[in-house]
Amino acid sequence: MTKELPADPHVAVVATAGGVEDGPLTMADGTSLKSAMARAQFRARLRAFLLVLPLLAFVVITFIMPIGELLKRSVYSPNFHDNMPNLVAWFAKHPPGTEPDESAYAALVADLRLLKKTKKAGLVGTRVNYELPGSRSLFTKGARKAKKLEPPYREALLKLDPKWGDPALWQVMRAAASPYTMNFYLAALDLKRDPSGKIVPVEENRRIYKMLFARTLALSLLITFLTLILAYPIAHLLATLPLSKSNLLMILVLLPFWTSLLVRTTSWMVLLQSQGVINDALVALGIIGDDGRIQMMYNKTGTVIAMTHILLPFMVLPLYSVMRTINPSYVRAARNLGATSWTAFRRIYFPQTVPGIGAGALLVFILAVGYYITPALVGGSDGTLISNLIAFHIQKSLNWSLAAALAALLLTGILILYWLYDKLVGIDNLKLG
Amino acid sequence: MVEELVQDAFVEFDRVQKSYDGETLVVKDLNLRIAKGEFVTMLGPSGSGKTTCLMMLAGFETATSGEIRLDGRPINNIPPHKRGIGMVFQNYALFPHMTVGENLSFPLEVRGMGREARAEKVRAALDMVQMGDFINRRPAQLSGGQQQRIALARALVFEPELVLMDEPLGALDKQLREHMQFEIKHLHERLGITVVYVTHDQAEALTMSDRVAVFNNGVIQQLASPEDLYERPENSFVAQFIGENNKLEGTVEGYEDDLVLVRLADGAITRANPVKCGDPGSATLISIRPERVWLEGETNANTTEAEVLELIYLGDHLRCRLRVHGNEDFIVKVPNSAGHRPLVVGERTRVSWNAQDARALDPL
Ligand SMILES: Nc1ncnc2c1ncn2[C@@H]1O[C@H](COP(=O)(O)OP(=O)(O)OP(=O)(O)O)[C@@H](O)[C@H]1O
Ligand SMILES: [Mg+2]
Repeated sequence: MTKELPADPHVAVVATAGGVEDGPLTMADGTSLKSAMARAQFRARLRAFLLVLPLLAFVVITFIMPIGELLKRSVYSPNFHDNMPNLVAWFAKHPPGTEPDESAYAALVADLRLLKKTKKAGLVGTRVNYELPGSRSLFTKGARKAKKLEPPYREALLKLDPKWGDPALWQVMRAAASPYTMNFYLAALDLKRDPSGKIVPVEENRRIYKMLFARTLALSLLITFLTLILAYPIAHLLATLPLSKSNLLMILVLLPFWTSLLVRTTSWMVLLQSQGVINDALVALGIIGDDGRIQMMYNKTGTVIAMTHILLPFMVLPLYSVMRTINPSYVRAARNLGATSWTAFRRIYFPQTVPGIGAGALLVFILAVGYYITPALVGGSDGTLISNLIAFHIQKSLNWSLAAALAALLLTGILILYWLYDKLVGIDNLKLG
Repeated sequence: MVEELVQDAFVEFDRVQKSYDGETLVVKDLNLRIAKGEFVTMLGPSGSGKTTCLMMLAGFETATSGEIRLDGRPINNIPPHKRGIGMVFQNYALFPHMTVGENLSFPLEVRGMGREARAEKVRAALDMVQMGDFINRRPAQLSGGQQQRIALARALVFEPELVLMDEPLGALDKQLREHMQFEIKHLHERLGITVVYVTHDQAEALTMSDRVAVFNNGVIQQLASPEDLYERPENSFVAQFIGENNKLEGTVEGYEDDLVLVRLADGAITRANPVKCGDPGSATLISIRPERVWLEGETNANTTEAEVLELIYLGDHLRCRLRVHGNEDFIVKVPNSAGHRPLVVGERTRVSWNAQDARALDPL
């Protein structure tokens, strides 16, 4: 009986569609279908291109070029090279490892006199100072006194300041003679070159960047995880509640967006500080003694709490937009097929929310990694992140090259994570709205 | 009545009521007994409470009052996953992130069945709906009809004794729909399962079911075999809802033998079969199937004048719209058989029907 019934018409359609002739298709006038289509689509493409052109130009000028400039700065530092021509020439003539002789000191003095004239002693000193702290004044003083120096220059300079004979200084100067250097990247990874040119870790008490990278990574992961845990039930509630109620809840979720970031962060300070609302309440309730106030700010705890709160909406929104599209009949079907509510959640509901989790987690993580104001205000020294140090080098120490190297490393790290995510979950699985 | 024939019901709704908002009853006093192996269809207009009944049976909605019994056990407090009822959802609800094979093996997995036994059952179920080649496809890669079959196979793979289907063919084109009706009916016969089917397509209900429950406003208007439903509707709603139907409004004049005399709007008296009409003086509605009316030929007490208003040629028959007793929507089907005199619009003729075929029902 079943066999006599006509075969499924849909199967038939699929089968014939697969069996189209093999050769390239041609139009009535003999041109190939491909070129005809290309011609037809050219205008449409051109128009699309012209439409995005303004944005493209904007992005190139305001984003790609500055980033390129930044990346260049991380390896290009020409101040020494441009202002110390004699010494640069001497370094070029003599291979590394050559003891600086009288001719080297003569070149150095000539350059110092030049610096006096060009007033660039500070710049050059700063460049050397990056790698050998305390040597900036050497150059400013040297440039001031260079006029009076008499040959033999070696003795004269050493008399002026014995540091001029330091092999470490000469090594740094040789490195700085080339405008291109990887030393900022080394510094950003707590590494340096020893006098023989080998790459070694810096002294124990000066290692900070690696630790900060690790802390940034760990705190960002923790914050991402916390926002996920907090946002998942809220997003689910939002997606299943009737529209009138979910709108109200949505406003509560978005409320933080309407308040200034600074205000939100300072309000956390009011809450969390040791004389703050939470501690006062705990003391008043007798849960802790007045001398046992909990330190919730100016440490990691403060950073984590405040940033979790601030980044929460970025997790809720992608999750919500994905959950809203999941038909409740899937879970019903699973329950009907014999799954407990937990199994139905785990096997049916949760996998369908993964694109939202991925999008939210990526968003929150990337924002957290680069976050700057909140850790600066509530983080103290224990809760600062790598971006705070980047800001420090840009604003205070003016070592832009090191800041650029740190930023580039951060960017690389994020790109690697992005790539990993693509491998594990698939970028096309991402759903932002 | 058929209802009383169902001695030990497999599924039983006992005075079930359901309200979503606490103000209106969506299901009012539902009593329904379904025997094992029966194919019962719930038929009714949109919003009449059909899906609600299925959801209560499946356990996704709770009855506001009354009791639902499955195989003699009350199931009001049994969670859905322990009811062991298969269900085909209106939108199929195939899990989009799983392949066809994984979809089918899901109910077996949650029942703790071993990998091998699972694979075997899945294969058998897919073969049953002739979808064996599609085991590794995702639902999104299937056509509507193919998804429908997979949904059917998934509802059957764990061998439930009761399967619920909520308008499973609603999204299919006519041809595929008729084909799937056959297949579902065939599977029902072969597997001996009990099926509760929901549709608002009356042709589907009539061709597939052992019995049909006609719903309106949360009440079962009539529960009967397709034949009874069509031939012997018990009230005006059913008569109107199922098939085509000519209605003549009037008042009960009196009773004569086993017939009722009805005075029609134009003053004429006609004889009808008193199915559901009241005492003399009360309003009634006479319902006559178009195919039970003939033109000219033999005459009887109900023969009356008619005027041809419209003719529609339908190949094997002519649909003829007439004015009869003042009603301008009186339809007669004239077979396109040899020797029939051609009709013309505007012509005056005679129509007749047997008094037994004119059913006097409650007024609408
Ligand atoms: N979750 C719900 N909350 C409130 N009212 C509901 C809910 N579900 C259904 N209703 C109402 O109950 C009534 C019956 O709905 P039901 O879905 O059972 O109709 P139906 O017979 O299946 O209709 P259709 O043929 O359109 O599917 C409708 O008036 C509907 O508005
Ligand atoms: Mg419905």
